[in-house]
Amino acid sequence: MRTVCFYFQVHQPYRLKPYRFFDIGEDHYYWNDYLNRNVIQKVAQKCYLPMNSLLLELIQRYDGRFKVAFSISGTFLDQMEAYAPDVLESFQRLVATGHVELLNETNTHSLAALKSKDEFFALVHKHQDRIKALFNGYSPKVFRNTELIYSDEIGAMVAELGYQGMLTEGAKHILGWKSPNYVYSNALNPNLKVLLKNFRLSDDIAFRFGDKTWGDFPLTTDKFVNWLNALPKEEPVVNLFMDYETFGEHQWAETGIFDFMRHLPEAIFSQSNFTFSTPSEVVAALSPVSHIHVPTPISWADEERDLTAWLGNDMQDEAFDRLYELEKKIRKIKDPELLRDWGYLQTSDHFYYICTKFFSDGSVHEYFSPYDTPYDAFINYMNVLSDFILRVEAASKK
Amino acid sequence: MKVLMFGWEFPPHISGGLGTACYGLIQGMNVHQQEVIFVVPKLWGDEEPVADFVNASGVTIDYREKRFKKLWKNLTYLEVNSFLVPYLGPKAFKKFTDYAIHDRTDVDESIFSTKYQFSGKYGKNLMEEVSRYALVGAQIARDRGDFDIIHAHDWLAYPAGIAAKEISGKPLVVHVHATEYDRSGESVNFPVFEIERAGMHAADHVVAVSQLTKNICVRKYGIPPEKVTVLHNAVLDASIIKSSFQKKVPEKIVTFLGRITYQKGPEYFVEAAKKVIERDPNVRFVMAGSGDLLNKMVDRVAELRMGTKFHFTGFLKGDDVDHMYAISDVYVMPSVSEPFGIAPLEAVRHNTPVIISKQSGVAEVLHNAIKIDFWDVDAMADAIFGLLHYQGIARMFTELGADELKKLKWEHVAAKLVTVYEKILAQRA
Repeated sequence: MRTVCFYFQVHQPYRLKPYRFFDIGEDHYYWNDYLNRNVIQKVAQKCYLPMNSLLLELIQRYDGRFKVAFSISGTFLDQMEAYAPDVLESFQRLVATGHVELLNETNTHSLAALKSKDEFFALVHKHQDRIKALFNGYSPKVFRNTELIYSDEIGAMVAELGYQGMLTEGAKHILGWKSPNYVYSNALNPNLKVLLKNFRLSDDIAFRFGDKTWGDFPLTTDKFVNWLNALPKEEPVVNLFMDYETFGEHQWAETGIFDFMRHLPEAIFSQSNFTFSTPSEVVAALSPVSHIHVPTPISWADEERDLTAWLGNDMQDEAFDRLYELEKKIRKIKDPELLRDWGYLQTSDHFYYICTKFFSDGSVHEYFSPYDTPYDAFINYMNVLSDFILRVEAASKK
Repeated sequence: MKVLMFGWEFPPHISGGLGTACYGLIQGMNVHQQEVIFVVPKLWGDEEPVADFVNASGVTIDYREKRFKKLWKNLTYLEVNSFLVPYLGPKAFKKFTDYAIHDRTDVDESIFSTKYQFSGKYGKNLMEEVSRYALVGAQIARDRGDFDIIHAHDWLAYPAGIAAKEISGKPLVVHVHATEYDRSGESVNFPVFEIERAGMHAADHVVAVSQLTKNICVRKYGIPPEKVTVLHNAVLDASIIKSSFQKKVPEKIVTFLGRITYQKGPEYFVEAAKKVIERDPNVRFVMAGSGDLLNKMVDRVAELRMGTKFHFTGFLKGDDVDHMYAISDVYVMPSVSEPFGIAPLEAVRHNTPVIISKQSGVAEVLHNAIKIDFWDVDAMADAIFGLLHYQGIARMFTELGADELKKLKWEHVAAKLVTVYEKILAQRA
C-alpha cells in the first residue's frame, strides 16, 4: 500500500476586542464581534466555500477514491453557526459523502493538554458532543491536538480517551534518521498509533507554493507526483497536514493553488500507484514500525517545532498560569456564560499573539495577529482576564 | 513693563507641561497689568487671547540685515552638528538619528528670503526649527523696539532669546523648566546641553522652577547661585474636583500617570508594586501613559507574575485623565529627576493622597505628601501600604493638601517675576 493522507486544520479563534483598564469590573463581553465576523466571512469567500465545493467535486468525480480529513475547532463551529451558516452546511455536505473524515480535538483549540488532564478531557468531550450534534451523530476515531502538539504523555491521555490514532509533526529532532512516512506508536501506550506530518511535502504546498524565490517554483502536479514517486518504495504513507486556509487565503487563488488541487488527484492516479486515505484508514491498515519517543512536547509551529510560539516568554507564562489557576473554581461554577468565556480564553491564538520571537518567525506571527505588538496583546488579554477573575470570584462566593 | 517672551508651545496645543506653565505665568502677569508679547513657532488660531501673540511661521526674515548673517553662521553650526529629539531612550534615539542622517536637507541662504513653516512640535527637524526660530527672534527684536526685557522658556527658545538680546541690547531672562540632566540623566545630549549652557550664560538672570533645578544650574552649568532665582510653578485652578466617575473594581487603586521614560522612574513603581501586592493582594496598580520604557515595564510586570494586578492603560487624554485620578486611592510620582512636576497637584485636586520623590521640585512646595527617594522602593512600598490602610493619614493629606494648593497662585509667581525684572533693569540703569 502506498497512500497520501490529506488532513486540514480548520480553526478561527474568538479574538478579543480592545478591552481597556476602565472596562474591568463593568464590561463582561470580551469578543470582537465585528472583526471575528469579518474574518470568517472574508475567509469563507476566499477559502472555505470555494475549497469545499472543489473537494465535493473531486470526491464525486473519483467516486470516493479521493478523500480528506478535517479537524474543525469548536470556536470555528460556533462562529460558523453565528456568522456563516452556509459554510457549515457545505462542511456538512462534505461529511455526508462518507469520504470526509472528521477528527476530534479540544473544543476551543486549547493548550490544556500541557496543563490539566481534567480540563483536557472536558474540552475533548465537549468537542465530541459538538461534532456529534452538528454532523449527524458523527464519532471521530482519530485525534488531533491543538497545533499538532504532542508528547508521550499527551499521547497516553489520548489513548485513554479511546482514540486509535493521533496526528503530530514529523519533527526532525524527534525522528533523527527515521522517516515520517511510516506509522509509529505511542511510547507509553502502544495501542495509540501516531501519524507524522511529512513537513517537507506539506510545506511545499502550504508555505512555498506561491513563493517565486523558491528554487522549485512553480510547483506543478507533475513535479509533485515525481517527488512522491521518488520516495523509497517501502515507505507506505505520506501525511500532508496543513491549515485549511492554505487554499485561497495563505496562498491566494491567483497562485493557482485551486487548480493544483483540482488536478492533483488525476496526476496521482495516472502517474503513480499512490491512493488517498483518511487517518483512520491509515491507522487501520498499517502496523506501527516502532515507538516514537517524544519526552518533551512538539508542535508544528515555527522552525523549532516546539511550544515557544505560545509559551516560554514571561508574558505568555504569566497569562497562561493566571488563567489555569482558575480551574478549580471554574469546576464548581455552573454558569454557562462563564464556562463559555473560560473555554474561549484558553484558545492558543491568544498566547500566540504574545510571542516575541520577532527575528525568526515573527513575520508569520505578525501576519496572524490583530495586535501591533505582543505587548499590546498581553495588556489586552490581562485586562480581560482580570475582569474574568472578578466574575469567577463573585460566582464562587454565591 | 513690556516683556518679549519666547515659548515653544501654548495651550491647547501642548505635549507637556511647558505650554501650561507659560499660560499660567501670562495669566499671572495680566493680573499685574504687565504686557506680554508671546512668540510661538506656530499659532493655531484657537489660543486664548491672553497675550500679544506673534506667530513665528508668519515672520519674514529681512535678508539685507548683515547682523543676521553673522547670527545665522553660528546657528548653522549648531544645526548641522546635532540630531535630536527630547525624551527618547538610547534605542529609539539610535533609530531616529539613523533616519535623520539620511534625511537632512542642506542649509542654504534661501532661508533669508522666505517664511519658515514651523511645526512647533518635537519632531525630527527640531534642531533646524530651533535655529530658524532664533533668526525669527532676531527679526522680531528688530521690528519691535517697544519691549523692556526678553524672557525665553526652556532651551528650545534660548537661541531666540540670545539672538533677540544681541539685536536689541535688551536684558535677557532664561526660564529653566527642565534641563538635559533631568531628561537624560548623566548621558546628556551634548548639543542640547551646549544650548542650555549658552542660554544661561548669555542671560542677565536665570529663573529656575525649583531649588532642585537651581542646584543643577549651579553645579552642572556653572552659573553663580546669585544669578538664579527660584520661582516655583503654580496651578491655574486650585478648586477640588468632585468627579461622579465611579471605579468598577473592588480593589484599591494605586496610580502612576506620566510618560514612561527614564526621567519618570517607572521601574521603581513596578518594583514597589510587587512588594505591596505580596502583603496585600487587594490592590491594583495602574501605569497610565506611554513612552520608550513601556514594553520593558510590561515585561517586568509579567516576570514578577502580577499581570492580573498591574495594568497598563496606554496614553490617556481628556476625561480619561480625570477619571484615572478620580478612581485612584494613591498617586505616586517616583521621578528620578523632576524639575517641578505638576501632576501630583492634579491628584491633590481630586482628593487623592500623593507620594512624590524627593528628587522633584514639587516636593519643595507640597508639604502634605509622603516624600521618598525615587530609588527606595521599600520606602515607596511602605508609603503606599500606609496610605491605603491608615485612613487617618490619607485623610489628613487630602485636607491639608487642598489648602496648600490654594496658595500656589500664578499671580504670586508673576509678582515675584516682576521684582526680578525690576532688579535687572535697575542694575542696568
